[in-house]
Amino acid sequence: MADYLFLIPLLPLIGFLINGLLIGRLPKPVISLVGCLSVGGALLLALLAFFELKGLPVEARVMQQVLFAWIPSGSFHVDIAFLLDPLSAVMILVVTGVGFLIHVYSVGYMHHDEGYGRYFAYLNLFTFSMLMLVLANNFLLMFVGWEGVGLCSYLLIGFWFEKKSASDAGKKAFIVNRIGDFGFLLGMFIIFWQVGSLDFATVMEKAPTAFSFGGGLITAACLLLFVGAIGKSAQIPLFVWLPDAMEGPTPVSALIHAATMVTAGVYMVVRSNVLYMMAPDALLVVAIIGAATALFAATIGLVQNDIKRVLAYSTVSQLGYMFLACGVAAFSAGIFHLMTHAFFKALLFLGAGSVIHAMSGEQDIRKMGGLRKYIRITYLTFLLATLAIAGIPGMSGFFSKDEILWQAFSSGHGSPIFWAIGLVTALLTTFYMFRLVYLTFHGTERMDTETKHHLHESPRSMTVPLMILGVLSVVGGWVGLPAVFGATNYFEHWLDPVTAKGSELVSESVHASGGGNAGLEMTLMFVTVLLVIGAWMLARYMYVRHTETATRVREKAGGLYTVLLNKYYIDEIYGFLIVRPFVGLSTFFWKIIDVLVIDGFVNGLARLGALSSDLLRFVQTGRVRSYATLFAAGVVLVIGFLILR
Amino acid sequence: MSVPISAYLTLAAVLFGLGTVGVLITRNIIVLFMCIELMLNAANMALIAFSRALNVMDGHVMVFLVMTVAAAEAAVGLGMIITIHRNRETINIDRFDLMKW
Repeated sequence: MADYLFLIPLLPLIGFLINGLLIGRLPKPVISLVGCLSVGGALLLALLAFFELKGLPVEARVMQQVLFAWIPSGSFHVDIAFLLDPLSAVMILVVTGVGFLIHVYSVGYMHHDEGYGRYFAYLNLFTFSMLMLVLANNFLLMFVGWEGVGLCSYLLIGFWFEKKSASDAGKKAFIVNRIGDFGFLLGMFIIFWQVGSLDFATVMEKAPTAFSFGGGLITAACLLLFVGAIGKSAQIPLFVWLPDAMEGPTPVSALIHAATMVTAGVYMVVRSNVLYMMAPDALLVVAIIGAATALFAATIGLVQNDIKRVLAYSTVSQLGYMFLACGVAAFSAGIFHLMTHAFFKALLFLGAGSVIHAMSGEQDIRKMGGLRKYIRITYLTFLLATLAIAGIPGMSGFFSKDEILWQAFSSGHGSPIFWAIGLVTALLTTFYMFRLVYLTFHGTERMDTETKHHLHESPRSMTVPLMILGVLSVVGGWVGLPAVFGATNYFEHWLDPVTAKGSELVSESVHASGGGNAGLEMTLMFVTVLLVIGAWMLARYMYVRHTETATRVREKAGGLYTVLLNKYYIDEIYGFLIVRPFVGLSTFFWKIIDVLVIDGFVNGLARLGALSSDLLRFVQTGRVRSYATLFAAGVVLVIGFLILR
Repeated sequence: MSVPISAYLTLAAVLFGLGTVGVLITRNIIVLFMCIELMLNAANMALIAFSRALNVMDGHVMVFLVMTVAAAEAAVGLGMIITIHRNRETINIDRFDLMKW
């Protein structure tokens, strides 16, 4: 029944092979067709798989397809096999759905680029890797996808590699991710060591007996896996690569650095939820890092002036939100937010791309303003996404964010402190997003006349994906209406089969306190909404009505503003604490150990040989008679020795 | 009454010594060659003397072998000497020091 699962990742791979092997030989329409159709086909298959899965009874909602044994080596056995359960079904729909729209959008956005074929080849390779990541049925195959998306991220960030900043950003992303991957690998080793398998089903089945609850090994395994997630999903302290990743083409930022790849960490944590439920300490770390990142990145986002960087910090912050949800054991809320975030953040990035397109490449919002008259569709869809991310009631972001806030407050792993941090982050998010909207689309027109002259709405291939994502940003949240409204939270129940086993482990403690107080939930929701609207109005006051207030606040804040503008000097601190000593150490190894010691030893040996030959060569006179004399002398010696012995 | 073996061996040793000294001191490559032949024949004489004294044929066979090799060596060696002489206009062995450091 699941024998077509392998086609879902295979189609983009075929697309990659066609576009990648025939670079520079295909006309643009063929490239676009291959690129988009392969992902579109994957989307159709994903929908088919989704409905087939939905048709199954709840307990039986697992489809597995084992293609072949990949590494059969003694007790270590890994298959190339795909697993479709409610969790991966959501993920493949997000990846292929949003991915397809972004492919279509790219047709318009990258139209004038010389590397058109290369771009689509990378994009298809990325889609393939991402699908491998979410469809894998074991940790190792997931790791293959994990590395694949990292590679594509590197290739696409450095897509315009002639630009030094772009190739540097690509390297930075790759190196920072490697630090995380190291943790992921070690985590896998511990799991295999204790469980003897990397297969998800087996690991989740055996983990409760193989590990002791809350023990050191399981905590270490979870924390190490989380290190991988920190790298991939740009959390403190490894978030520094994501803002720089904005050097890549904007659709890439939308696909890789907002909607799909960076959420791989969240997916992995949810996928291993049984393990995490067994390690409450690790969960607490996840929650703390998530909350801290959410707040930290949001404050940086307040003052950035590059339209894409604001969105990048916003992404980091929202990913922190997802980890906060996972950390309080609200895994379905995390995935729910992952999905709605994929919609509205992809839309925001694509909208930003459309703005940049209209502005002839300008990304500084200080040089924009009043754009809503010129690019109406972009403006309206961007506004929809902003409303969604701010959590205005009725929009998708409202439901997912509210779910997380409530869980952070009420779950057995949560606490009011997490709720408060979440709330502050939500307010900051609302503020900086509306600041972005107002500075970009409202107010005085600050661009130069040349740019103004060229202002134009983007082509149809770009605006249609915007509109579709706009609709999704609104309705995407309706699948997960909170229970307190008297509705059924379809989304949570959908994911139940995945999260049930984990929650069974600790059911006594969590469900006793969770799920309860409807009145309190409504009150908190109401307070949140009021405050969010307050933050919106504040942004409106500062950036539309009384623009001089913004300047005054900036001058008042002085030092704080500079610190925020320079991202807390994190890059500089890392440069000083890690990069500089590392470069120093490397230089030491290069100049002293390598050049002096190792090369010195090898060259010394050679020189010793040369020296001794220099001395010994005097024996080789080249004169026959001296050879003969030596020969005769030798014979006399030998014979003499034999006689006199 | 035959000649004692010691006489043959003494003659062979004297001839061999002459040949060796000749090889070591002469500069003329032809003379050097002849000295080598002298040494070979000294060895042959010793072999035949032993063969006769011990009444076995092994020494005779050995001598034939040595003579054949000496003939071949002379042919090749003389050919080389002629070639070298053509190229270098000399047969002074001390001038053939191409292999020198």
